[in-house]
Amino acid sequence: MIKNGKLLRIFYSKPRSVHNNMEREITATKELIVNMGPQHPATHGVLRLVLDVDGERIIKCTPYVGYLHRGIEKLSEDLTYVQALPLTDRLDYLASAANNIGFCVAIEKLLGLEVPPRAKFIRTIMGEMARICSHLVWIATHALDIGAMTVFLYAMRDREVFLDLFEMVTGARMTVSYPRVGGVRCDVNNEFLDKLYKFIETFPEKVVEYETLIDQNRIWLKRTKGVGIITAEEAINWGLTGPTLRGSGVYYDVRKFFPYDAYDKVDFEVPLGKNCDVYDRYKCRMLEFRQSARIIKQCIDKLPEGPILANEAMKIRMPSAPVKIDKKDIQVEIYIDDKAIEEFVQKYSEVYASVEVPKGELGFYVVCDGTAKPYRLRLRSPSFVHAGALKKLCEGGLVADVIANIGSIDLVLGECDR
Amino acid sequence: MKDIIITLIIIAVKTAVYFGVLLLHVAYATYFERKVIGHIQMRLGPMIVGPHGLLQPIADMVKLVFKEDIIPAQVHKAIFSIAPFISLVAGLTTFSVIPVNQGWYIADVNVSLLLVLGIAGIGTYGIILAGWSSNSKYAFFGGLRSAAQMISYEVALGLSIVGVILLAESFNLNEIVQKQQEYWYGMFLFPQFLAYFIFLVAMFAETNRTPFDLPEAESELVAGYFVEYSGMRFALFYLAEYVAMFCMSSLATICFWGGWTIPPILVKAWPWLANIPGIVWFLLKVYFHIFLFYWIRGTVPRYRYDQLMAIGWKVLVPLALLNIVVTSIIKYIIS
Repeated sequence: MIKNGKLLRIFYSKPRSVHNNMEREITATKELIVNMGPQHPATHGVLRLVLDVDGERIIKCTPYVGYLHRGIEKLSEDLTYVQALPLTDRLDYLASAANNIGFCVAIEKLLGLEVPPRAKFIRTIMGEMARICSHLVWIATHALDIGAMTVFLYAMRDREVFLDLFEMVTGARMTVSYPRVGGVRCDVNNEFLDKLYKFIETFPEKVVEYETLIDQNRIWLKRTKGVGIITAEEAINWGLTGPTLRGSGVYYDVRKFFPYDAYDKVDFEVPLGKNCDVYDRYKCRMLEFRQSARIIKQCIDKLPEGPILANEAMKIRMPSAPVKIDKKDIQVEIYIDDKAIEEFVQKYSEVYASVEVPKGELGFYVVCDGTAKPYRLRLRSPSFVHAGALKKLCEGGLVADVIANIGSIDLVLGECDR
Repeated sequence: MKDIIITLIIIAVKTAVYFGVLLLHVAYATYFERKVIGHIQMRLGPMIVGPHGLLQPIADMVKLVFKEDIIPAQVHKAIFSIAPFISLVAGLTTFSVIPVNQGWYIADVNVSLLLVLGIAGIGTYGIILAGWSSNSKYAFFGGLRSAAQMISYEVALGLSIVGVILLAESFNLNEIVQKQQEYWYGMFLFPQFLAYFIFLVAMFAETNRTPFDLPEAESELVAGYFVEYSGMRFALFYLAEYVAMFCMSSLATICFWGGWTIPPILVKAWPWLANIPGIVWFLLKVYFHIFLFYWIRGTVPRYRYDQLMAIGWKVLVPLALLNIVVTSIIKYIIS
């Protein structure tokens, strides 16, 4: 048996080359390189992290992005300002209304449009609903990543209500394309407002329900407290925004500092963290749930009557007349609309406007060359900036902390890769 | 010679029946789990296959059996194939000495408690070898974690039972059950509550269940040690885990809950309780523990690797040692 090499083959069936390598480097030790992603279940899409680990400890963490790149910035250059709106749905697909608002705010600044007050309040409602939706998915996946699977189902149950409400008004559940440059697409009715108000009344209780499962839980506290610490100074230097920054105790919120829509007419607080760790970022978002609910309530109470679209905006809408299949006619139609936009766009050559989306500060930098299409549309996406900070957060921690950190900065790769 | 053959046949039939029933329980434990977790999470669980999804475990089994048996190119074929069997065989073997009722057992060994603990330890090899032979980094991590975790918690598990052994003055599981009947409360649960608590925590770690399911942590290690496994080989690991759960639940029942007996004080109060067969009490107690597994899985998050180790060595082992010392002193004073 031994002569035939059978016994040996059972125990050493590895290819020869592997064996030789092992023998040569038997005294040398080096870090194990673990490729986490892009199809890893806990990296929230297609984030790829290359981890150098020594045992369970992370020596080096290198994030790679770009697996979901769809060229939204470049595509926008071939579309008119109004046509580019649905592309922004696909940025942060969990809070599409918030992105739409950001884009509209930027274009309105460029065109110098004044949005009627009713539209402003409706937009604020939609933006905050998007924030709650996004945060619900965040708490669901964050808790699931750390191992508490029941929160996932609870959060998804309540998100369903919000998706139904979106559907009532916009006809779409996720990619709503609801706001328009200069207002919103269609008015909200009382049935929607009643349903929303009724649910928002009970919503803080539902948040308490998630918290009962995890907030007092020893294991949850052990997994999140003192993990992924980034001090206020470092957080600013890394360019963090949104709840990720506020978790480090920095008071910065676009809604407060550069109010857009109706945020200067409603009363709300900006929750801040203290210990700069995963737990404080978690706590910030949990408190934002309540603030968002508060904002929506006030908006419904104060919702004024009036038009929902600025008068000037009617001129620059997308071609709505029946489009003939004849190619020449389409060109003519678009040309007429283009003309209308061109009257506006001469006011500024470039603008930057940013809004507070659930993930952080989403900025739109629009360079205008006088035509109806943007010369350049640059997005400052919070997820992209936050993905860079993962390196700082993860290094020195354990493999399990990587997951907690990814959850705590709330990445959405659609927005990151654009 | 004839006697030996007859004895062998009897044992073979006994074993077949015993394990057949056990595997049926295991299959329906998965159904039970999905129902319990489903209701905790406000959904219904399996509902499609059969009335209330009752045929779901069978459908799952059929699906797994008929799946293609994939062995990835880079794995160590021999060990990769054997590993699931090591886990399952170790799990099943422990059951050969576990009595489920008065006189219902395959073998009566006078050190059966030690045998159970020893063979349960061998099950770890299946997991370590699976992780190592898969030639995948995630599987390797899972294997390493389980090696560290199981060795650490086996210490706590073993030490927690010492208190029971001191009180029962025997390693035999039958005698441990009989001994508990001498007390009016009929369970070692009361004098050994600390040991029971340690046993319970270590039991979760030994069977890789939440909150100690690090070797198969879904989020960070994808699936841990069995990430490369599919089809029947995966099912074997799954079975092994559930058999281990049943084994640990039975052990907890026998050592702390009085096995198939009920406290004498209850029988004295309601004599008709004695007419209920012991297997009913045994199954009730075992399924209480199984339910505990599911309940906790639906409620708590997962510990981190270093925290797990800290709990094992810094909390459970000292507590278990304290329990042994206190039990010994009290026993010495009383006798």
